[in-house]
Amino acid sequence: MRGFPEYFTIWHIAGHYALRGIAYLVLAFLIVPILVIIPLSLNAEPFFTFTKGMLALDPDAYSLRWYQAILTDQKWTLAIWNSFVIGIAAAILATVLGTIAAVGLASPWMPFKRVITALLLSPMIVPLIIIAAGMFFFYTTFGLVGTYPGLIIAHAALGVPFVIITVTATLTGFDQTLFSAGLSLGASPVKAFWDIVIPLIRPGVISGGLFAFVTSFDEVVLVLFLAGPEQRTIPRQMFSGLREQINPTILAVATLLVILSVALLVTLEFLRRRSERLRGSM
Amino acid sequence: MAEATTNLRTHAAKRLAPEDARNAAREVRARRLRAFLFVAPLLVFVMFAFVAPIASMLFRSAYNPTVANLVPASLVAIADWDGEGRPSDDVLGQFAIDLKRLANDRTSGQLAEEINRFLPGTSSVVKSTARTLRRVDDGTLAQTGPALLLDANDAWAEPGIWRALQEAGKVYTTSYYLTALDLEMTRDGSIQQRDTQIYLKLYGKTLWMALIITVLTLILGYPLAFHMAQSSTSRANFLMVFVLLPFWTSLLVRTTSWIALLQTNGVVNSTLIALGLTQDPFELLYTQFSTIIAMTHILLPFMVLPLYSVMRGIDPSYMRAAMSMGSRPIPAFLKIYLPMSLPGLSAGALLVFIISVGYYITPALVGGTDGQMISNIIAFHMQQSNNWELAAALGSLLLFLIIALYWLYDRFIGAGNIKLG
Amino acid sequence: MKYRSILLASALAFGAHGVAAQDLTVTSFGGAYGAAQQKHMIDPYVAQSGANILFEDYGGGVAEMKAQSESGNIQWDVVDIEVIDLERACSEGYVAVIDHSMLPPGDDGTPASEDFIPEALHECGVGNIVWSIIFAHANDAYPGGGPKTIADFFNTDAFPGKRGLRKRPQVNMEWALLADGVAPEDVYEVLATEEGQSRAFAKLDTIKDDIVWYDSWSQAPVLLNDGGAQMVQSANGRIFAAIKDENAPFTMVWDSHVYDLDVWAVMEGTEKKDAALDFIKFATQTVPLSGMQDVAYGPTRKSAQALLPEEVKQDLPTAHLDEGLKADGIFWADFGESLGEKFNEWLLQ
Repeated sequence: MRGFPEYFTIWHIAGHYALRGIAYLVLAFLIVPILVIIPLSLNAEPFFTFTKGMLALDPDAYSLRWYQAILTDQKWTLAIWNSFVIGIAAAILATVLGTIAAVGLASPWMPFKRVITALLLSPMIVPLIIIAAGMFFFYTTFGLVGTYPGLIIAHAALGVPFVIITVTATLTGFDQTLFSAGLSLGASPVKAFWDIVIPLIRPGVISGGLFAFVTSFDEVVLVLFLAGPEQRTIPRQMFSGLREQINPTILAVATLLVILSVALLVTLEFLRRRSERLRGSM
Repeated sequence: MAEATTNLRTHAAKRLAPEDARNAAREVRARRLRAFLFVAPLLVFVMFAFVAPIASMLFRSAYNPTVANLVPASLVAIADWDGEGRPSDDVLGQFAIDLKRLANDRTSGQLAEEINRFLPGTSSVVKSTARTLRRVDDGTLAQTGPALLLDANDAWAEPGIWRALQEAGKVYTTSYYLTALDLEMTRDGSIQQRDTQIYLKLYGKTLWMALIITVLTLILGYPLAFHMAQSSTSRANFLMVFVLLPFWTSLLVRTTSWIALLQTNGVVNSTLIALGLTQDPFELLYTQFSTIIAMTHILLPFMVLPLYSVMRGIDPSYMRAAMSMGSRPIPAFLKIYLPMSLPGLSAGALLVFIISVGYYITPALVGGTDGQMISNIIAFHMQQSNNWELAAALGSLLLFLIIALYWLYDRFIGAGNIKLG
Repeated sequence: MKYRSILLASALAFGAHGVAAQDLTVTSFGGAYGAAQQKHMIDPYVAQSGANILFEDYGGGVAEMKAQSESGNIQWDVVDIEVIDLERACSEGYVAVIDHSMLPPGDDGTPASEDFIPEALHECGVGNIVWSIIFAHANDAYPGGGPKTIADFFNTDAFPGKRGLRKRPQVNMEWALLADGVAPEDVYEVLATEEGQSRAFAKLDTIKDDIVWYDSWSQAPVLLNDGGAQMVQSANGRIFAAIKDENAPFTMVWDSHVYDLDVWAVMEGTEKKDAALDFIKFATQTVPLSGMQDVAYGPTRKSAQALLPEEVKQDLPTAHLDEGLKADGIFWADFGESLGEKFNEWLLQ
């Protein structure tokens, strides 16, 4: 127990614990709905709820059949493949373009900085349904609807703001003169960029890329409007499953996705600390 | 940067020889250009991938050449009609010819649909007439057409359907915006309310739900962020995991959880029944309630993160000082802490509000009929009724609303200050 | 090194998808019906032709076909359509005209033109099943005896509980009029008038608060099963399969059922029209059609009818035609649009 200041009355202390209790309840509200699907995904019955056997901890009431169902269903394996292909390609596109642009945006000489920054960040704010409708109209004229390039371009546009934000954050501690120094020593701009700038902002670039990947990986509205049957992704498959045929396969997929997000969270935390160390040493 | 430039310029003008000034100015231009060139590739990409699509949606909301392309000759023929009674036999004959051609091309359905938008209930008239015309001989259609039309359906004798055709034939129109606002243009050009009021009510409901969700995230998020900000750093980081894990978990996963929890025989109802709190399960899923609770859960991290980052920066000694001097906790909190946490509070509230106004997936999956928001009706017109122009007009209105909110956000908080994780 | 080998392994596991382009996209209604089609049509066809088929689900209706057609992004090749929607899809050019002379004779040698029942050979489609829209109730919801007629379905006093209906005007409007006392032979005539439409909506209003709307046939048995509704409108095969395969405690009511055909059709504008027609030729042969008895749907070839065991025939819609109403595709081709719009406005009120 920590000591309370002497001016605290019993009511202060009660208030303190009440507040703590409320905070824990809110945390439970945040986390319990996510955790509850994990045991449910092990249900041996095709239901979305705890059966009597499960509550009695009967081993027969639990099964891995829904996990098996993912691997044997062509639609799910195709969706998993698509999610990774589209996510990785979109993340690479967004990260390359976004990183280069962030360097320009961080320059004190950048013209129209405020307007351009707002424009580049706007995909984050405009509702997805509007983006999806607009892209459906516009991409159709280029034959991009129902194709992989169409979805990759669309998802990359959504990922760009995250790359800009994370890379700009690492660039705030970056001394612009280093780049100019590289140039004046005779390095080409590309070489100077690659050898001087990139190593310093690498953590920001990687976490920006991860953000862009997750954005694509989690996105479903654009997929609903732009993807053909061959480009179905995991969230798209979950969406139609939830709409049409609820069965615990979706819970098994959801559990796998929770595990994936834990892995991502750990990676990002690692990168953040590394970035702090790097900047601290500069 | 603008300041830096002007400074350099004024300095140059005052102190430097003309040639040096020119060199300096050139150097400035070169640096500006270099910075811009870094941004240029992304700018071009975003223009193509994002800005142009939005622009094409705005354009689409006022541009619809379908009818003008389908029946150009009929539109020319009807241009002189005064809008009273029924048009001349020439018009009817020409239209019969056009309609038969469409019926055989199997495109008469498109025409029927477009006319139906201006006079609901007419699509069946156009379609059934087109069906009867398919078997008619072409050569004499110009003469027999009028009689055939009038024979097929009485509606062709009334001016209403012909006015609808004229309206639908306009390539540029504001009518979709009027519909999106539950308005319509009367014959004398004045604007009046439509009989059925749908969309304004839906915009109102969307804003109301977004407001409730914002308030709920605030009520839940504020004490949590406050508690975390009061905790030691290591403890706060540990608690942060519980905020970030939902944040990083797929939206579909979180929506799935709520379906599992709230369905009729779901976890919540089974628990309530097992505890003897109720006999019959509550109807929780596919309601406005389920939409609000699921969205509150999904958007809560967007409230907690900015609140926490601001609260962490508030020096606890202010509160301590106030309380040690005898101020009671609540007045001290209201006078000192709350104002200092306002930047985080307003950032979080605006962010949550903006995101909820345009939300689609969660209401679509858990909302039933009551929980639908404006995004859902846009998707409906995109995917089900295929009224893409109306979808575009509704979307444009939503976009203007969001831009206004974003402008507020940028003005008071700064778009560049969005923090992640 | 280690993570590279993991990457490599997963690349191999999923690599097949990257290389092989899908040969044919076939779209149908999923659930028990989809499973029967998978077993008797898709799988044998894949085995025989070596084609790769992506078997998709949709909820029915013409909207998705229309969106593909009007935007020019044709994504489906073959689609299973209810005849209630087929006439519209055909007259509006979303599906292609099919030359029936390509169809093989029945297994007993009868030429296709005589083997198929007449309604099954539509300008734009080849008949697949004869099926019906019925309603069913959960047995435990009505211990004193469940609803027997369509009027009972609309009687919330005698039979309280949620009613699951598919979210569309089709069939719901017909049922409302039937429950309101309109004779089956007059239903479509009445529904073509403003007064008739208002009358149908007024009848639906009486149960509006008790309706649970769903989007896809496969949800109907799920709703009964998880207690989301006590009565549901359903395709007869879905309830049949739930009772037969899972011993679900449901009862089917045949009163005022609306029977219809489903056909296989080819999307207009698909680049794979030949492959699509080849699939349809295969799937509408005698033996594949007779397999639809798994879900109590009647075959559209007489030669397939002959293959059915006597006891199965009692569960087919054809055994109950005198209690039912034939769905009118032409009516819905003409009125689908305007009634659809009115229906949605009514929903939002």
